Amino acid sequence: MSKIKQVLSVNFGKIQPDSVEEYVKAGGYEALKKAFSMEPVAIINEVKAAKLLGRGGAAYPAGSKWEQLYEIQEFPKYIVCNADEGEPGTFKDKMLLEKDPLRVIEGMTIAGKVFNSHEGYIYIRGEYRKIQKVFQSALDNAEKAGYLGNNILGTDFSFKIHIMTGAGAYVCGENSALLNSTEGKVGRPRIKPPHLAEVGLFLMPTLVNNVESFANVPTIVLVGGDEYLSYGTPDSGGTKLVCLSGHAANRGVYEVPFGVTLRDIIFDEEIGGGVANGGKLKFYHLGGQSGPIGFPEQLDTAYCCKVMRNNGLSVGSGAVVVLDESVCIIDYLKSVTEFFIHESCGKCVPCREGNTQLQFILDKFSKGTATEADFALMKKLSTTMAKASFCGLGQAATTALDSCLKYRKAEFEAHLNKQCPAGVCFTNEEGGE
Amino acid sequence: MHHVDPNVDVNLKINNIPVTVKGGTTIVEAASKVGIKIPTLCHHPDLPVRATCRICVVEVKGQKRFKTACNTMVEEGNEIYTNTKAVREARKTILELILADHPMDCLKCIRNTNCELQDLANEYNIKEIPFTPTAEVLPIEANNPSIVRDMSKCIKCGRCVEACQAVQDVYAINTANRSHEFTITTAYGKDLSESTCTYCGQCIAVCPVGALYEKDDTGRVWEALDNKELHVVVQTAPAIRVALGEAFGMDPGSVTTGKMVAALRRLGFDKVFDTNFTADLTIIEEGNELLQRITEGGTLPMMTSCSPGWINYIEKFYPELLPNVSSCKSPQQMFGALAKTFYAEKSGISAANIFSVSIMPCTAKKYECTRPEMNSSGYQDVDVVLTTRELARMIEEAGINFNNLAEEEYDAPFGLSSGAAVIFGASGGVMEAALRTVYEVVTGEVLQDVEFTAVRGYTGIREAEVDLAGTKVRIAVTSSLKNAKTLMEQIKKGESNYHFIEIMACPGGCIGGGGQPFRATAAIKANRAAGVYEIDSSQELRQSHKNPSITEIYEQFLEKPLGHKSHELLHTHYTPRKI
Ligand SMILES: Cc1cc2nc3c(=O)[nH]c(=O)nc-3n(C[C@H](O)[C@H](O)[C@H](O)COP(=O)(O)O)c2cc1C
Ligand code: SF4
Ligand code: SF4
Ligand code: SF4
Ligand code: SF4
Ligand code: FES
Repeated sequence: MSKIKQVLSVNFGKIQPDSVEEYVKAGGYEALKKAFSMEPVAIINEVKAAKLLGRGGAAYPAGSKWEQLYEIQEFPKYIVCNADEGEPGTFKDKMLLEKDPLRVIEGMTIAGKVFNSHEGYIYIRGEYRKIQKVFQSALDNAEKAGYLGNNILGTDFSFKIHIMTGAGAYVCGENSALLNSTEGKVGRPRIKPPHLAEVGLFLMPTLVNNVESFANVPTIVLVGGDEYLSYGTPDSGGTKLVCLSGHAANRGVYEVPFGVTLRDIIFDEEIGGGVANGGKLKFYHLGGQSGPIGFPEQLDTAYCCKVMRNNGLSVGSGAVVVLDESVCIIDYLKSVTEFFIHESCGKCVPCREGNTQLQFILDKFSKGTATEADFALMKKLSTTMAKASFCGLGQAATTALDSCLKYRKAEFEAHLNKQCPAGVCFTNEEGGE
Repeated sequence: MHHVDPNVDVNLKINNIPVTVKGGTTIVEAASKVGIKIPTLCHHPDLPVRATCRICVVEVKGQKRFKTACNTMVEEGNEIYTNTKAVREARKTILELILADHPMDCLKCIRNTNCELQDLANEYNIKEIPFTPTAEVLPIEANNPSIVRDMSKCIKCGRCVEACQAVQDVYAINTANRSHEFTITTAYGKDLSESTCTYCGQCIAVCPVGALYEKDDTGRVWEALDNKELHVVVQTAPAIRVALGEAFGMDPGSVTTGKMVAALRRLGFDKVFDTNFTADLTIIEEGNELLQRITEGGTLPMMTSCSPGWINYIEKFYPELLPNVSSCKSPQQMFGALAKTFYAEKSGISAANIFSVSIMPCTAKKYECTRPEMNSSGYQDVDVVLTTRELARMIEEAGINFNNLAEEEYDAPFGLSSGAAVIFGASGGVMEAALRTVYEVVTGEVLQDVEFTAVRGYTGIREAEVDLAGTKVRIAVTSSLKNAKTLMEQIKKGESNYHFIEIMACPGGCIGGGGQPFRATAAIKANRAAGVYEIDSSQELRQSHKNPSITEIYEQFLEKPLGHKSHELLHTHYTPRKI
């Protein structure tokens, strides 16, 4: 049986992305029409039944988020699509925006209808400049064809979508920082509560979902929540776009149903195809820089948000970075920490100072000057950062470190004795001291 | 959904102690109700929360992560723990992280023994810092007469930014950069003197550490006191006598006038005078100016001019409204001009040998005395301005046991003042003092109740209407530059129907000035204001025009209000300085 299932990616490469005509021919906008004949609550119930878990990284149940926003009786409400896609190793939203933008637009429009919202924003990563053009063209075409703009499908419902663009800061992908940035303010996270469902864009109730989350909505409306759920596991409905990179033999975006194993994703011939150049798998980084690191002994874990979480792993954004034995764990963690040092907004102490200090300690390991006491220091730093940081960035910055300390402490210990199993560190001082 | 209703009781437990509070109460506030102190650093009760230092973390049962107690509101059924091993370790780690990036220069720091970071290091028993030191030595910025910025000591809490933006609406400073480069800076990193800064010093007043402070001028004063050639006179602003005691462990609002006078004599000042005297004089001049503007169709509303932070603000932000500002100099500058003219004449001491010091609750006063136009005596009218804090330091350095001093009286001829003068120290005081005089001057009747309580207070814009022999005079009073902005916008739109507006740059007026003892909060400022009103109400003489010394100075020297001499010495002009 193929480990691939095409729900989101059916149109990839098959239609001209911004053509409404071709999108409709391929079954597009059937869901929107159906949604217009449904009660908003019925649609929300389908999303709940589908167990659609947010695809932006946090796997928050979309149904609950929608229900909370629906209960708030304050208008206008805004629909915001998070297309900042800042997690390194993640490029699946790019695929959707580039190859089937109308699916995302249809999903947002359905959300607009559910919440009686008349304005949506999509915050597209600055680096995706070319895609913005395709997306704008898709928006224009949808409006011309009566699927967007004023009087959608001849009804009195109107919904517009504006494109906003980011300045390239990773933290802008955090939903409240994203709204600040959309409002033209500095992209630093807000204090929560109030939650964005209550006080969001321009201080009004707001829905923020990821591109892939919105892209799933038309299918859910069309086939029903139960059917959609059955594509995946009882806890994670549907399919997931995974992004294979690093030393994977087949790098790229693949759509898999929840429930396949990590081994399937990394080694299946139709998916990752194993490690490139006959290399041996050393570890894999899941869900981007903020995600945990997995090791070969965990490969049989089912790719399902709940099972992964219970095993200290995570689906996150869907990134799977494959690393072979030429990579030193310390060296790799230094690059992760460097990323967080660079991307920290600098506002709160645990993240601003914590990442900086963590890098000093890792550096000591790679220079052979670390001591036993540094383990305790890393542990307390990581706990403090994870539990006390202001936003998700600092909270997740030591996730990869924690995995490595838990499963590969031996490699750290080797460095205490100036041994680097991968042969990356201490190369300049062979036999020295 | 989480909704906050201040009318609903919320029941919770903190460290297993049951407590009931109203909805909207933060964990810090709820904890203090049951005697539990949660440390805070970036949080200041008078400022919007930032929740960025994370020192106030607590455990809330059922929550994976810590919650910050300064901004998290309690919820029904919460079980909160403030003193677990995990909480203590996290707080200590956070503190160690801050200290790793801090110079720890306590012995030569302005905030030594009065620093919120130092207190925390002590409370959390910090003995060594396990992290790599990252503190950088940055140049100390002091290219202006009022404010010193030592960003090496900055812990990036952002309180100063909230004071400058949320309270003052000046936006002279802001946060900039990301990650470890995150910092507090003016636009384009220019010096404060080239920014929109008004020198109000509210940023200093809320800074928890030694990163912001007044420009220290105590050295110049010591030098003058040690110089036998100089006759050194000092004036004391209304608001310092109710705050100075805090520096010596007294309760906020303690009235220390007599001890302060005694301390100043012991420091070696030749004459100890009172700014309150020229506050009374201001009322005469300004009251007459108001009447003249009303009767002769001058620019209205007239606005007060005694707060130099406010003057800096209007010169920079609303220069087109400068004609509305009273031409009266501030009491400090009136005093300076008279000290080197009237007093010089009277005492037979050459103005060249008079060194005039003023003790002010204010950092903007330091700038004001250096204004080139403030030289009507032919010399710089006021030579040095010291803040309340600097005076306290001099008293300490001189080894004076302030608390045990016997009370002494001010010197003549600038020692006698009315209760109307002392209330200049609190927001609304100038207005109230003016009404006490103007009412009697215009109506010719004796004012039965001298207290105009409607204009007293701390917040918002207070307004009233007073019937002056048939003319209804509409007045407004406010403090903080943000509130001032509201009134300026009204005037610009032609929607202001006031005759007279009192504006003080600092929230609460001078009692909340940027040069007052550290760690003030609205509650402490309320105590200081109470002290001011206590002095007023205990005085026999409560109206400026009834001060015999005022009558005397007009008879002997000034001739008449708004007269030629007054114009020369007591009035000034302003300069548009739009940035
Ligand atoms: C530092 C940080 C960066 C984030 N970046 C992204 C991003 O690039 N794209 C995204 O969809 N969500 C991102 N998120 C998650 C969002 O905050 C938010 O949870 C998500 O947009 C919600 O949509 P979903 O529920 O559909 O996943 C980020 C979160 C954090 C803390
Ligand atoms: S954890 Fe703190 S410093 Fe880091 S990005 Fe979030 S708010 Fe900024
Ligand atoms: S700011 Fe506080 S902790 Fe820092 S050097 Fe000064 S007194 Fe010490
Ligand atoms: S002195 Fe006043 S205006 Fe200047 S930076 Fe500080 S708060 Fe802002
Ligand atoms: S200058 Fe003071 S108040 Fe401002 S951020 Fe730094 S430490 Fe905080
Ligand atoms: S005091 Fe609460 S986060 Fe700083």
